[in-house]
Amino acid sequence: MTERVRVTGPPRHTIAGRTSSRLGDVHEQTELGDVYLRSLLREQLGLALTVLVTITLVLGSLPLVFHLWPGLADVDVAGLPVVWIGLGVLVYPFLLLLGWRYVRSVERNERDFAELVKGSGSAPRDGEE
Amino acid sequence: MNTEAVPGLVAVLAVTVATVAIGTWGLRFSRTTSDFFVASRTVRPGLNASAIGGEYLSAASFLGIAGLLLVGGADMLWYPVGWTAGYLVLLVLVAAPLRRSGAYTLPDFAEARLGSAWVRAASSLLVVGVGWLYLVPQFKGAGITLESAIGAPEWVGPVIVGLVVLVNVMSGGMRSITFVQAFQYWLKLTAILVPAMVLLVVWWGDGRPAGSSAGDAWSVPVAGDGSIGLYSTYSLIIALFLGTMGLPHVVVRFYTNPDGRGARRTTLAVLALLGLFYVWPPVYAALGRVYGDDLVSDGHADVLVLELPRLMVEGIGGELLTGLVTAGAFAAFLSTASGLAIAVSGVLTQDVTSRLVGERGTRDPGGSIATAFRLAAAVAVVVPLLVALVVGEVGVAESVGLAFAVAASTFCPLLVLGIWWRGLTDAGALAGLAAGGLGAGGAAVLNLAGVNASGWTGALLAQPAAWSVPLAFAVMVLVSLATASRAPAHAQRFLVRLHTPETLGAERS
Repeated sequence: MTERVRVTGPPRHTIAGRTSSRLGDVHEQTELGDVYLRSLLREQLGLALTVLVTITLVLGSLPLVFHLWPGLADVDVAGLPVVWIGLGVLVYPFLLLLGWRYVRSVERNERDFAELVKGSGSAPRDGEE
Repeated sequence: MNTEAVPGLVAVLAVTVATVAIGTWGLRFSRTTSDFFVASRTVRPGLNASAIGGEYLSAASFLGIAGLLLVGGADMLWYPVGWTAGYLVLLVLVAAPLRRSGAYTLPDFAEARLGSAWVRAASSLLVVGVGWLYLVPQFKGAGITLESAIGAPEWVGPVIVGLVVLVNVMSGGMRSITFVQAFQYWLKLTAILVPAMVLLVVWWGDGRPAGSSAGDAWSVPVAGDGSIGLYSTYSLIIALFLGTMGLPHVVVRFYTNPDGRGARRTTLAVLALLGLFYVWPPVYAALGRVYGDDLVSDGHADVLVLELPRLMVEGIGGELLTGLVTAGAFAAFLSTASGLAIAVSGVLTQDVTSRLVGERGTRDPGGSIATAFRLAAAVAVVVPLLVALVVGEVGVAESVGLAFAVAASTFCPLLVLGIWWRGLTDAGALAGLAAGGLGAGGAAVLNLAGVNASGWTGALLAQPAAWSVPLAFAVMVLVSLATASRAPAHAQRFLVRLHTPETLGAERS
């Protein structure tokens, strides 16, 4: 068997302004790191867009619906107009629920990403330089 | 002045004393430059969310919404809904990355992301512009409130609010103001919730009388005037949903979280706190339909929250409730004005006064950075105060709405593209900020100058967001694509930092 040789590049600590990196330069400078980041970005953006599309469809459609069918304004639930129940009260737990679910998913993504990065290729780093 | 003014006077004095006392107490914790700007980034989500809530619930939320709902009906519900949903948009698009960027202010973020002094300068200019556009109506509203509550001359309110804010901001910066703001959220919630409960019981006791003119458009959540009304409603929704993330006093709060995770948790708590508050203004509006006909016919709907307790409860009970709502209204002016003053002062310190006073970065509150901050705070408060005293009528809600439209047309594209798209260039950012700022800002200036067009022109000017936000995004993207070679070399590394959890960095350092 041939001897194993550690291949390292020159240390790159070129810090532009206040933008010192938190993640090791090992990851960010390699193509593997680039792939990881792209996939993380895509997943996080996907989650964000899911939330945005949901509120656009649920809340954004209301003015148009009521513009087209003004008669809906007279619909009552338990003696109160349905608009006031929906936009006055129910909308807040709805927004909170969307936010809570988003935070749960986004933090799970970040945990997975952290484990992926820690567990792959670049494990022995600082201590051996 | 008569006995009716006593509860209001006591309330205003109590809020002022409590604010100054808590601010002075917070001073004991302010030692370093970082304390002044971002409370050394150690504010926990619960406290920080209360502080954001306290800062965010301005006069427009405490007084304005109930009055707008009473007169305008359900299409005005978009104001509280938009002000809350804006935080959800902020949560999913910018909260954690913004915190991880490690910058003190919006211009810091712009400079760190794009490495351009020009973008930084443009952002600073916009922060000061949006901040002042938002501060003037706060001062104006304080004058109107004190006039109605205790019969004081109109200049008294702005001067008192200006002085208290100045003392607080100058003495302790962000750390001391955090405690003040958190206190004021809970004060405002109490001040709107307790009277609402009592008034509901009174209404129940009266045999639950129905509102006056039922069956009109009061329950339609879209403005009248056919397609123009539809445009105005959607434009308002866009401005409020997207403008929140670009408000300087909101953004600066995110830098006070310990980490990105804390920033998300804070935002979630803010969503809950805002919802808890915004449930109540519609109650006042609904009761106003029953008991407050005179207010509408007299054109005093904007003081509905202040007057309703007196109209519904006689004697000492009504006076006590009036005192409570007056305290809440006054807290609203103080907290929002303080938050804006902090944000504007932070930017002025970094870009103007620290250069005048001397070297920045001194770690001694008596040193030059503290002097620079205090000087900046004076400028940040005095200029809009003078404007408020000099100009005539300024619609509180209109002016605040325009501040949201300008923020949505400038900082929203800058933040969203800066955080999610590595192709953003300095030239693109600058062009987009110019397009959005001149578009929405121009419309704002024309509005405030009293230009009153009718029909479509009027709607496009009164609610510019629906065209100015897409315009700013389009210009930013297209110019960035055309100048792709100017994309900063460190963009990739910067995005890594914005989107990766801090634990990865901590393990290395």
